[in-house]
Amino acid sequence: MTSRYARIAAFVAIVVAVQLATRAAGKEFFLTQLTMSAYYTLVAVGLSLLMGYAGQISLGHAAFFAIGGYATGALTTLDLSARRGAPLVALLARARVLAVRPDPYGGEALGVHPWAACAAALLLAFVVALAIGVPVLKLKGHYLAMATLGFGTIVYSVVLGTSALGAADGVGGVPPFPLPGGLAVGGGRADRVANYYVAWGLVALALLLLSNLVGSRVGRALRAIHGAEDAAAAMGVDVARYKLATFVLSAVLAAIGGVFLTHYNAGIGPGEAGVMKSVRYVAIVAVGGMGSLLGTVATSAVLSFLSLRGYFGTLDDAVFGAVLVLVMLFSPEGILRLDARGALAAAVARLRGGEGAR
Amino acid sequence: MTPLLEVRGVSKRFGGVHAVKDVSFEVRKGTVKALIGPNGAGKTTLFNLVSGVAAPDAGEVRFRGEPIQGLPPHRVAALGLSRTFQHIRLFAGMTALENVMVGRHSRSRAGFLAGMLHLPWTWREERDVEARAREALDFLGIPELADAEATSLSYGQQRAVELARALVSEPELLLLDEPAAGLNMRETVELAKLVARLRERGVTVLVVEHDMGLVMNVSDEVVVLSYGEKIADAEPRAVQKHPEVIRVYLGEEDAA
Amino acid sequence: MQTGLLLQYLVAGLTYGTIYAVVGVGFNIIYNTTGIINFAQGEFVMLGGMTAVTLSALVPLPVAIAGAVLLTMAVGALVELTCIRWLGRPTVLRMVIITIGVSILIREVALVLWGESVRALPYFTGNEISSLSLGGVHVSPQVLWSLATCVAIVAFLRVFFQHTSVGRQMRACASNRDAAALCGVPVRNLVTLSFALSAGIGALAGCVVSPITYTSYGVGAGLAMKGFTVAILGGLGNSTGAVAAGFVVGILEAFSVSLLPAAYKDAISVAILLAILFVRPSGLFGSAEVARLEARG
Repeated sequence: MTSRYARIAAFVAIVVAVQLATRAAGKEFFLTQLTMSAYYTLVAVGLSLLMGYAGQISLGHAAFFAIGGYATGALTTLDLSARRGAPLVALLARARVLAVRPDPYGGEALGVHPWAACAAALLLAFVVALAIGVPVLKLKGHYLAMATLGFGTIVYSVVLGTSALGAADGVGGVPPFPLPGGLAVGGGRADRVANYYVAWGLVALALLLLSNLVGSRVGRALRAIHGAEDAAAAMGVDVARYKLATFVLSAVLAAIGGVFLTHYNAGIGPGEAGVMKSVRYVAIVAVGGMGSLLGTVATSAVLSFLSLRGYFGTLDDAVFGAVLVLVMLFSPEGILRLDARGALAAAVARLRGGEGAR
Repeated sequence: MTPLLEVRGVSKRFGGVHAVKDVSFEVRKGTVKALIGPNGAGKTTLFNLVSGVAAPDAGEVRFRGEPIQGLPPHRVAALGLSRTFQHIRLFAGMTALENVMVGRHSRSRAGFLAGMLHLPWTWREERDVEARAREALDFLGIPELADAEATSLSYGQQRAVELARALVSEPELLLLDEPAAGLNMRETVELAKLVARLRERGVTVLVVEHDMGLVMNVSDEVVVLSYGEKIADAEPRAVQKHPEVIRVYLGEEDAA
Repeated sequence: MQTGLLLQYLVAGLTYGTIYAVVGVGFNIIYNTTGIINFAQGEFVMLGGMTAVTLSALVPLPVAIAGAVLLTMAVGALVELTCIRWLGRPTVLRMVIITIGVSILIREVALVLWGESVRALPYFTGNEISSLSLGGVHVSPQVLWSLATCVAIVAFLRVFFQHTSVGRQMRACASNRDAAALCGVPVRNLVTLSFALSAGIGALAGCVVSPITYTSYGVGAGLAMKGFTVAILGGLGNSTGAVAAGFVVGILEAFSVSLLPAAYKDAISVAILLAILFVRPSGLFGSAEVARLEARG
């Protein structure tokens, strides 16, 4: 599928062009919000696979983002220095699972190494998605929607109500995530450009892997499930397993976004698990075209960036709500897949014909 | 020799209704068996019991001697059983070719990881799946429709695509649920020829049908159901003269 | 636990249970007529309370409440006309997403109109410290008002659906929309009516409980969640079941405060919801087979 690679190459070119443009325009500070948008986009793109291809709605995906972020945040901000002597702690320190970081008072703190924390966070997201997915994916329509919404609400309540996770203040002081070559996710202004490319590089990688998946046997099976589940099963597709695998994959992608954003921002708060965040992801996927990965990426980049820059002001949530309603009313396949003439014709027919024109 | 499909004492109730009551019959390899009966006789339920969509309350279904009752549909499909649906169930948003390629799912292996990484062995498998799908469309006489969006095709063409999809996995047993429904005279004749060609290729067929002409022409044996019970199981000529069958159909128009 | 404390929790549970029950009933009305789950149901409760507070500064309390109910009914009808009727026969996914979007919009408009402040109507009789002594327990008269309102709403709906022509027609829609349309039932107008009716009873409940529970722009989402739990627990479409379920959830929630940190209180109803959906989607009183088919396809 050369056109697939061509599109991703074009995407990479645009990413580079945007960075150069911000330098030329003297607006390099945009890179911060652009980098954050990339991590939110990871969530959206996984959700696009789940909603657009497998046809399953999830109103609680922000919960996986939060699980990833909080897990890594809590683990890397642990301070086990007082227990250095304990055999388990010493063993973990020798195995490099634990790492030393400077603490705010000029001393040193012993927490979990970001790589180990990341692995643990993703494993946790994987396990939770599996546990939640098995019963939830048996449900359909509004039951599925409500169950995922409920799951998101529980995670939000937990992170908000647990003092060990910082309650309403969340987790702060999260160290940067070290990368080979002396780079790190997080850190100050000096690493801004590098961080930008790391973030969007991750998005490009996710796009590549998911595009490959969509064009493969599995992608076909997912589209078949979305089209006619019973016929898909009759053709040999293990529907339950595929739905679950897609759900888990999209959950882990969201968690990856959460892990890296937490390191980038040096912290995370309960708001990241909230219902409104989950709704935003759904709105983004709905606009970008359910099932169009690139469309979702584009929409997510633009909307997340504008929202982070504060262009929507206090109407931030309202914008996403309005987006949802408008897209569903006029173009449920997503704006970027809009067949303008067709939609217009249908609208006119509806206005004219009333009940008969469906 | 063991029959390819054995249905033994199968029963199914839905609430108070006995949809299928103690039905037994066999389908021998390489034959075409028709399942007929008035509306509500339990034909589709029986189909669903064989293909795994539902599990019987009692009785067994054996395929190649192994029990398959209660297995989920995708496992039954993997064993070599393929089916079509009474109301065409093509996958919307996919081309005819892609629809047929899904039919090959149980005979291919590329999973999530291999798919994401686009591993080289999957390239060969994809080429193979596509080639066989095109072959199937060719067999059905509709190779030119490969890139058409499946639901934009005419009814008869959609039926053909669904048949191609059921055939591409090279099933040992093909279940056809009212394949002639909605087809015109010419298309029905084509269908009869197709079933004959399938028999020649060694595919065993179990078909539910209302169209008597098609049934009598094409099948080796006929099973007649009425109110969930089997009332006849013999060659077409014998069934036509069977007093019970005539009584059950009395007053019904011959659909040929 | 001493009886006094036990009864206090019980009363608290019954009070909140009233709202949950009414929200659940509201879900059922719309679901019964259209098959849609209206995620914006909780916002109607919020609108009722907030509008009444604003109006009560201008007109006497009973008029303010009546006005709030009527205005909210108009909003409900408007939502139906612009979003639902416009779409004809949309897919479930689309409906879910739209009603969520609508609930967000209503909440944001409320934020603009009333800010973040928490409001409450004045107590209908007496004030916040007056209480009646019932069997040794001190109960605020407002609790009795809300219970009475709940009973009145349920009774009214019963009479409406069983004994009026319009009500019977709505039941026909619920049972078989196309057949009803063929019989000359004005299906589309009845759908609008069902939204207006749901909105109205939600608003009334919001008014009567607001002195005790307070209202602010953001209460709708949580109420929708709990109302949905209640509707499912009572068997989707079964309004008497919803009332019983409302009280069950309210009481369970109230008692949970004695066991778990208060922050987890909201999670209780969600946990109940998930438990039901996974184990018995028909709830306590619905038909198991039907519900399983609906919930799981």
